[in-house]
Amino acid sequence: MLIAAAKSALSTRAGTGRLKRLARAAALLPLLAATAGCNMVVMHPSGDVAMQQRNLVLASTGLMLLIIVPVILLTLLFAWRYRASNTSATYDPDWHHSTQLEVVIWAAPLVIIIALGALTWISTHTLDPYRPLSRIEPGRPVAAETKPLEVQVVALDWKWLFFYPEYGIATVNELAAPVDRPINFRLTAASVMNTFYVPALAGMVYAMPGMEMKLHAVINKPGTYHGQSAHYSGSGFSRMTFNFLGQEPKAFEAWVAKAKAEGKDLSRDAYLQLEKPSEREPIQYFASVSDNLYSQILNMCALPGKMCMSEMMKIDARGGAGVHSRENREKLRYDNRHVEQGDEAPGATGPASGRPPRSEPEPGTKPSSGHDDQGTPAPAQLNNR
Amino acid sequence: MFSNVDLQKLVFGRFTLADIPYHEPILIVTFAGVALGGLAVLGTITYYRFWGALWRDWVTSVDHKKIGIMYVILAFVMLLRGFADALLMRAQQSIAFGSQEGFLPPHHYDQIFTAHGVIMIFFVAMPFVTGLMNYVVPLQIGARDVSFPFLNNFSFWMTTAGAIIIMLSLFIGEFSRATWLGYPPLSGADMSPGVGVDYWIWGLQIAGIGTLLSGINLVATIVKMRAPGMTMMKLPVFVWTSLCTNVLIVAAFPILTAVLALLSLDRYVGTHFFTNDLGGSPMMYFNLIWIWGHPEVYILILPAFGIFSEVTSTFCGKRLFGYASMVYATVVITILSYLVWLHHFFTMGSGANVNSFFGITTMIISIPTGAKIFNWLFTMYRGRIRFEVPMLWTVGFMVTFVIGGMTGVLLAVPPADFVLHNSLFLIAHFHNVIIGGVLFGMMAGVTYWFPKAFGFKLDPFWGKMSFWFWLVGFYVAFMPLYVLGLMGVTRRMQHFDDPSLQIWFVVAAGGAALIGCGILSTIIQFVVSIRNREALRDTTGDPWGGRTLEWATSSPPPDYNFAFTPVVHDLDAWYDMKNRGYARPLHGFKPIHMPKNTGTGAIIGGLSVVFGFAMIWYIWWLAALSALAIFVVSVAHTFNYNRDFYIPADTVARTESQRTAALAGQA
Repeated sequence: MLIAAAKSALSTRAGTGRLKRLARAAALLPLLAATAGCNMVVMHPSGDVAMQQRNLVLASTGLMLLIIVPVILLTLLFAWRYRASNTSATYDPDWHHSTQLEVVIWAAPLVIIIALGALTWISTHTLDPYRPLSRIEPGRPVAAETKPLEVQVVALDWKWLFFYPEYGIATVNELAAPVDRPINFRLTAASVMNTFYVPALAGMVYAMPGMEMKLHAVINKPGTYHGQSAHYSGSGFSRMTFNFLGQEPKAFEAWVAKAKAEGKDLSRDAYLQLEKPSEREPIQYFASVSDNLYSQILNMCALPGKMCMSEMMKIDARGGAGVHSRENREKLRYDNRHVEQGDEAPGATGPASGRPPRSEPEPGTKPSSGHDDQGTPAPAQLNNR
Repeated sequence: MFSNVDLQKLVFGRFTLADIPYHEPILIVTFAGVALGGLAVLGTITYYRFWGALWRDWVTSVDHKKIGIMYVILAFVMLLRGFADALLMRAQQSIAFGSQEGFLPPHHYDQIFTAHGVIMIFFVAMPFVTGLMNYVVPLQIGARDVSFPFLNNFSFWMTTAGAIIIMLSLFIGEFSRATWLGYPPLSGADMSPGVGVDYWIWGLQIAGIGTLLSGINLVATIVKMRAPGMTMMKLPVFVWTSLCTNVLIVAAFPILTAVLALLSLDRYVGTHFFTNDLGGSPMMYFNLIWIWGHPEVYILILPAFGIFSEVTSTFCGKRLFGYASMVYATVVITILSYLVWLHHFFTMGSGANVNSFFGITTMIISIPTGAKIFNWLFTMYRGRIRFEVPMLWTVGFMVTFVIGGMTGVLLAVPPADFVLHNSLFLIAHFHNVIIGGVLFGMMAGVTYWFPKAFGFKLDPFWGKMSFWFWLVGFYVAFMPLYVLGLMGVTRRMQHFDDPSLQIWFVVAAGGAALIGCGILSTIIQFVVSIRNREALRDTTGDPWGGRTLEWATSSPPPDYNFAFTPVVHDLDAWYDMKNRGYARPLHGFKPIHMPKNTGTGAIIGGLSVVFGFAMIWYIWWLAALSALAIFVVSVAHTFNYNRDFYIPADTVARTESQRTAALAGQA
């Protein structure tokens, strides 16, 4: 019964669990005061996944308030009632055990945790980022013929590169998707770890070098949303933001067409230029993309002459290359490319940062972007009011 | 072949004069302040000819009470540094919007948030906890010292050596920018070249040795040195929580040592444990560091739970409600704390089964924790609560901690964590439990046991000021961060584009200022109390109407703690003794066997600083030399057979008759 309640609390807007209404009523009260006057995007998201996550936050909070509120009130009540100056209150210095009370104080949290545990088990599976979407919105399952939008995301130092394999285009610091069409993200990174986070769309997942993560999401309302890295990644981290455009299908087609018309070619060389550390990178469009570039980045072999991890894994799967593997060693070196290129590493400190401790970087020594002349700067942080 | 060797490199490693930030005004002023302050302290010591006494009575002391006090002093000093970092961050985040860059460039800001986390956890919370355990545990179990008194002194100096290394980075070179847990690949040799991460590694490694040894010491003490009659189920709750904490330390800290050693190998000799390339896996680091890191959270909070238990029972004038369930709750938390580490990285791609397993185990911890809260609650029920300062901290804790607990359980639900992880909501949560739990507990403990340690109470007015400033300051500083987290604002940002966020950060900065007033009040409290010590004097040794054995002896306790080892018949042994009309023995004293002071701990600690510094700056000859020196001193110490002495019976008799006179004068 609890599981049923938990399920209904989570799943649909139409299928109203009592739990959910109760939870909302309880949870929203303290939050309402806070939401007035500010824009809580996590509480008012525009994508179905984030909305389900929001509902889960509220349901869990409501469940827990069932026990937290009485505890706080009892603490204050007992503190007041049994103060030393109140001599009329009962004083029982040797009372220290009550089996009934013990049962209650262990059982009450246990019951809450059983309910929350059930909710957790179900929601973790239904909202698993690896799991393809089954619905676009409550009551609107994904049609069998719907083809999800594939987007490959690469976190670079310190900007975001998005590939659209279906359209053969790529963009920097601007991501667009048509509303109500499921999006399948695949994410990786080029040097250090980052987190891909569009609060209005869905929860965050990591973008990690040499590894691939997946995220399935959908945006339901058109708008311009704020996206960012949520995992600290070095000097340019605070400015590693991008715009996420939720668009009507026609507008999205126009956006793709614009990228194709205005965009340049993202050859491997152009990518290697782009990959260099830079901050406040303007929005860029690429009309064509070198073959397999995303997979090369993922396998850490975008630099010509490097061996792809997938190749190495194949060799290893066949039993390894024995003494010959020594020849592959240099081809598998990847991390020290920053040093080769003369760029400052993302976390460099003195004396290796090559500048005086803790001072402002000299204008000339700032990591160069190589893209000073194109496009407009990424607009300021927007929260889709 | 030696003609090519760069002499400068050979002698100074990678250190050059350019690594001293003499062009950075903030640091020059700080350095001048530290130097002047240091000179003033040194001058005062010299003027009062205190050097000898300092060396004999404190530096070389193996007395657990003095070591405990030194730990707490270290914690307070480092709290000031860590809090200064917090103020800088709050100031930066409250002005750096839009075109305003603030006063801290990322390069500097990143070091500050890294230092803040490292210092607050390793060099404030840990010394606080270890110091109070050191002071109180032997007294509560009726022992004369810990099991290994020299090891205790050595542990303290290793912890201090770690703190010194971290502080050195302020004035020589730079500190790590790779966050307090130094996640690779960012903290690897290629992504973070320079001395920053190496300062972090060696500071933690050296302090970690101290922590581990002190953990072993206290486990042995609690297991082997309890007074006769004190069975495990008659242990004071603080001793139980200390036992569990030290078991956690012994089991968890070697993992930290190992993972830092692997990272050092990556950075120093070019291995590839955690790199992206050549088969390394950063994921291994995330797992290892959190297998240490999550128990670490309970290492900090369990002793605080113990303190709250002692304080509640004393100031409610009542036996602790549900002692047995309190003990079982503590043990359950200890075990479960090893089964939850993955909840720190739900967002890194584990599957749904793994995530829900770790989410649910995390929630299960809230059951014993909840039981504890209820136990304190029902200890208050039908009590007669005296709202002295330690009790204020306790009630403040109960209300604040349940909120932090609630947000913690919320973060344990993986899909909820996806939207709140790495956000300021998370920051608010862990400050909620660390300030509201650990710090409030330590403040309660310091106020509670101060009269035991020094023979006079702390001034209650300034104690109350400190409490209210901290309490209100905490809410003003961190509630806005909860809200910002729900607005999708993430942590470690040096600059924001959206100006509408600013007001929340300004409020939070105001809260930090209030907390600053709280810290200031504590300092004033110490000064005022020392000046008014005669008025605040306690001659009974039992100023609060205590229930456990530490209140049976004088304040401050004599070197030997107890002239006769007490015999325990009941939980709350001292309360039981008082009720049964216990009479202090006044004669029949025997010589007391005591450990002798030794300078070895301080010497090895000092050599460790040199070793760490040499490793950080690649001064290999110095590293080899100091390592050799550490080895020689350690071996030489094993030949020191002059380790113990007897306090003669007549000295004991004299001390005890002074106490008799004091008690009579007071009555």
